[in-house]
Amino acid sequence: MTVLAVGLGTLLVVPFIALLVDGGPLAILRGFECSLTLPALRLSLETTAVSITFVVLGGTPLAWWLARSKWRSAKWLETLLQLPVVIPPAVGGIALLLAFGRRGLFGGWLERLGFAPTFNAIAVVMAQIFVSAPFYLHAATLAFARLDHDLLAVGRSLGASPPRLFFRVALPLAKPALIGGAAMSWARALGEFGATLMFAGNMTGKTQTLPLAIYTALEIDLRTAQALSLLLVVFAFGLLLALRRINQAPAALGKGSSSSR
Amino acid sequence: MRRLFFVVALATGLAATLCLGLLPRARAAEPKELAVFAAASLREVFQKVADDFEKKHANVKVRLNFAGSQELRVQIEHGARADVFASADTKHLQALQKQNLVAGSKIFARNEPVVIVPVNYPGRLARFADLPKAERIVVGVPEVPIGAYTETLLANSEKPYGKKFREGVVAHIRSRELNVRQVLTKVALGEADAGIVYKTDALSAKDKVTVIEIPDGINVIAEYPIAVLSAAPQPGLARDWIAAVLGEEGQRVLRAAGFRQAPDAATDSTKR
Repeated sequence: MTVLAVGLGTLLVVPFIALLVDGGPLAILRGFECSLTLPALRLSLETTAVSITFVVLGGTPLAWWLARSKWRSAKWLETLLQLPVVIPPAVGGIALLLAFGRRGLFGGWLERLGFAPTFNAIAVVMAQIFVSAPFYLHAATLAFARLDHDLLAVGRSLGASPPRLFFRVALPLAKPALIGGAAMSWARALGEFGATLMFAGNMTGKTQTLPLAIYTALEIDLRTAQALSLLLVVFAFGLLLALRRINQAPAALGKGSSSSR
Repeated sequence: MRRLFFVVALATGLAATLCLGLLPRARAAEPKELAVFAAASLREVFQKVADDFEKKHANVKVRLNFAGSQELRVQIEHGARADVFASADTKHLQALQKQNLVAGSKIFARNEPVVIVPVNYPGRLARFADLPKAERIVVGVPEVPIGAYTETLLANSEKPYGKKFREGVVAHIRSRELNVRQVLTKVALGEADAGIVYKTDALSAKDKVTVIEIPDGINVIAEYPIAVLSAAPQPGLARDWIAAVLGEEGQRVLRAAGFRQAPDAATDSTKR
């Protein structure tokens, strides 16, 4: 058992150590020398900020409904919404093209409205939402389903309206899990490659996010790609760590309030 | 509903068990394996050559690995087990030659870039000179072979068509894809109005894209080299494979796919 645990840990961590050791810690600076880096980093931050906002604002009510629905088909719907995790992202990109591309199911209709989502930042955001939302939805649905039903019942008996119940009871209790889910979802969006390449294309400053820049740099030379990857890793690690910090505070608060009841 | 769920789960489980059961039996024969690393544009052709090769060599299984030439080169540099490497340009093979990872190479095919447009493109794109009229153009990144050829041929076009032509084309480039198949996909789906791909890729999607030839004075010809790897586990079979590709049957398949006859083909020339 321990051997397996150590093996798993090694497999997950060693590639990142190798990335760091092989390039040297200064390699990250070389990443900034590459002309692709800054536009890509900026685009990645902007697009993932938009996509995570959409995922949280849309995903939270959807997860709340999924977790509490007595409708049998809700379980099927929940499974259906997890499908983007299973299919290869490139296939997801093709599916997005077939749906929202110019010749797609809704494409002609969208174009008549003067809105063509491919080859621009909107497409990047759409691809990110498509691949990352399931992570948040899963975490949020699970968190809402695990809520203490008695607490909600008591709240209701004391006359709290459903919105009040949601914002004052359910949301604070589920918050750590929601933040964790959002972090996973954001990380997935940041690393998104295949669907973006297919749906949004690869254009420096317009649709070339950091993972696409890394892949393009791989065609130039391995070292540059390595440096850029290191940049992405350090960046993501820092942000995930910061999110954990934020998460710990409300978690402690939640524990305090639950012990006082 | 719940019962249906169980039936589906049971069926999935049964299918999985069946597959697992079949695996060791297929492995029991232990055929020799020939690993061929080939540029993405060779997919259809090498698949056919492999079928033929396996028929002629009993107990040999050809394992094909298709990717961009650069990716394959990186894989080989990092110790991927391969017997044969077929590249879409000479640059990557020469790089491997310098590191003594491959021995002599032969040019087995030639390919030419062409402009493609979706079959039902409503615009009036009929000649290469019309290319700037296409609203959304997709090409390869300059770092991959097709992108490099595109850059060269656009530079060549300045003389006959003028600077404006080239600028008009560049202004309409919406995406620089990482391999030629992605360019093809974007045009075949109608997402782009025009793209530049190899003729062979264009012919593989004849029902979806129309080919516009690029004039001879402007176009560049891509040469495809093939070589046995120095560390090939099956050097004998690897040489047989190259002979099959250079031989009459292999060249017939290549021509049918739109490749041009190569200098090293059919006649067994010495190493270049």
